[in-house]
Amino acid sequence: MPNTPTAAPAITATGLSKSYGDKKVLDGIDLHIPEGTIFALLGPNGAGKTTTVQILSTLISANAGQARIAGHDLTGEVDAVRGAIGVTGQFAAVDNLLTAHENLMLMSDLQHLSRRDGRRRSAELLRRFELTDAAKRPVTTFSGGMRRKLDLAMTLVGDPRIIFLDEPTTGLDPRSRRTMWEIIRGLVADEGVTIFLTTQYLEEADQLADRIAVLDHGKLVAEGTADELKRLIPGGHIRLRFGDANGLETAADLFGSAARDSEELTLQIPSDGSIPTLRAVLDVLDNASVKAESLTVHTPDLDDVFLTLTGQAQSGAGTNSQLENAR
Amino acid sequence: MSTMSYAARDSMTMLRRNLKRALRYPSMTVSVVAMPLVMLLLFNYVFGGALGTGIGGAPTGGGEYIDYIAPGIILMAATSGALSTAISVCSDMTEGIVNRFRTMSISRASFLTGHVVGSVIQTLVSIALVLGVALLMGFRPSATPVEWLAITGVLVLLVLALTWLAAAMGLIAKNVETASNMPMPLTFLPFLGSAIVPPESMPAGLRWFAEYQPFTPVIETLRGLLMGTEIGNNGIVAVAWCVGLSLVGYLWARSAFNRDAKR
Repeated sequence: MPNTPTAAPAITATGLSKSYGDKKVLDGIDLHIPEGTIFALLGPNGAGKTTTVQILSTLISANAGQARIAGHDLTGEVDAVRGAIGVTGQFAAVDNLLTAHENLMLMSDLQHLSRRDGRRRSAELLRRFELTDAAKRPVTTFSGGMRRKLDLAMTLVGDPRIIFLDEPTTGLDPRSRRTMWEIIRGLVADEGVTIFLTTQYLEEADQLADRIAVLDHGKLVAEGTADELKRLIPGGHIRLRFGDANGLETAADLFGSAARDSEELTLQIPSDGSIPTLRAVLDVLDNASVKAESLTVHTPDLDDVFLTLTGQAQSGAGTNSQLENAR
Repeated sequence: MSTMSYAARDSMTMLRRNLKRALRYPSMTVSVVAMPLVMLLLFNYVFGGALGTGIGGAPTGGGEYIDYIAPGIILMAATSGALSTAISVCSDMTEGIVNRFRTMSISRASFLTGHVVGSVIQTLVSIALVLGVALLMGFRPSATPVEWLAITGVLVLLVLALTWLAAAMGLIAKNVETASNMPMPLTFLPFLGSAIVPPESMPAGLRWFAEYQPFTPVIETLRGLLMGTEIGNNGIVAVAWCVGLSLVGYLWARSAFNRDAKR
């Protein structure tokens, strides 16, 4: 379904804030998401993505700010909001002791469908997600991808107009991830639902989203289409790989603005990819007698936007993600 | 449909889910029944000889030790059920499915109602099993049909109280391990009452505790109804304790569940 700019907003929010104690997790989030679009909230671990989803899906309440979901006030008309939304969280919310079919029937009972409609809807969703053969198997025997599909199918039993997907493909293998993407695209194209998606994968946001917002330390630091965001960053980066952690350490000290990956032993230095800057980087390494194993030049992609906008791993980020994991 | 009938329908759905889970994962149910059964066998056949002689003067009704101990063990079956309630509520809370329920337009109470009613049914079945084994071992209650009805009433009240308390514990526990430890004091309380031996045989401080803790009047009421021993005001005290604890457990569980999602 084409996105009509005049469509009523599915989600609007102004000044959403949330603190736990004196730790500010969300610091004044504004959102405006038109109906029938895919919106991606992008951010590193602990940026506040899950908190945003929890607030908008009525799980927790914000300390400040207002939001309207499908035209209903988030705090005043909670039941109407719940009737319009579906949520698939980071951890598959399925009943492990039941079969796939029983899980779907549980949902249809809770949506107050008749037994007959429930069975029909269940069979239809199992077919659509290619789970028909596994319908009578307990969910414990399912692979991660199958569980995630069942989770989404359960969300769809109630025909939600707005679907929140909190990191829908985290932990999935590449094939399952692509299947999930197809399903998400299909939902918007065939049924015109609105998708609010959080992800830490830039490729995912690039592939799926009409609009992307970058969240960092509880604040939106950028918003736009994938192309608009890429234009924010003038150049790509130079990626250096080192033989050992020492080399990486020394080089990281030389390039203050570089993003470091200690596991991969790589350093990403923002750069326009021109020969003079490339030479300059090599000169700096030579002068310090640091040996890099390999060098690659990247033209700008969303990763660069992400790394530049969210800064390096700042001291606060660690405690932030611990805080989020603790809930 | 009205809000009330939706609430009833949602609670029934949750109850069906919980009973189905109990049948699907019977090892929990089995261990809940096994604990009091082992106690029954242990205390009757291993310790029974010595203990039975020691409390010869106590009001045992028929005089056999099994007649003294069976009502106490029935109570242990009830506390053992509380353990499984706490665990099943907590594991639901940690598995993410409860967050799905919370974001759906369903009756908030139905999740807890389903759990509690399901647990009460399971525990009553396990009490019936323990009672059956006790009868096979020579337990000879002298209760009339009316007394049996009263026994059932007292047991339902007791199980309801323990289940609501355990549900609240399951809700506030951070993980399943904690949830399985929290009702431990409940399972030990009967020992510090008149379940195994009469409080009169205990040292002064302990005896005072044993006489005033909630399980003793419940056991004495059950014993009285089953064996015809003196009940006195224990009946009223037992019912008051059960109703009071149910209310505390219910309010505690409700407020714990209505707090912001913690995970």
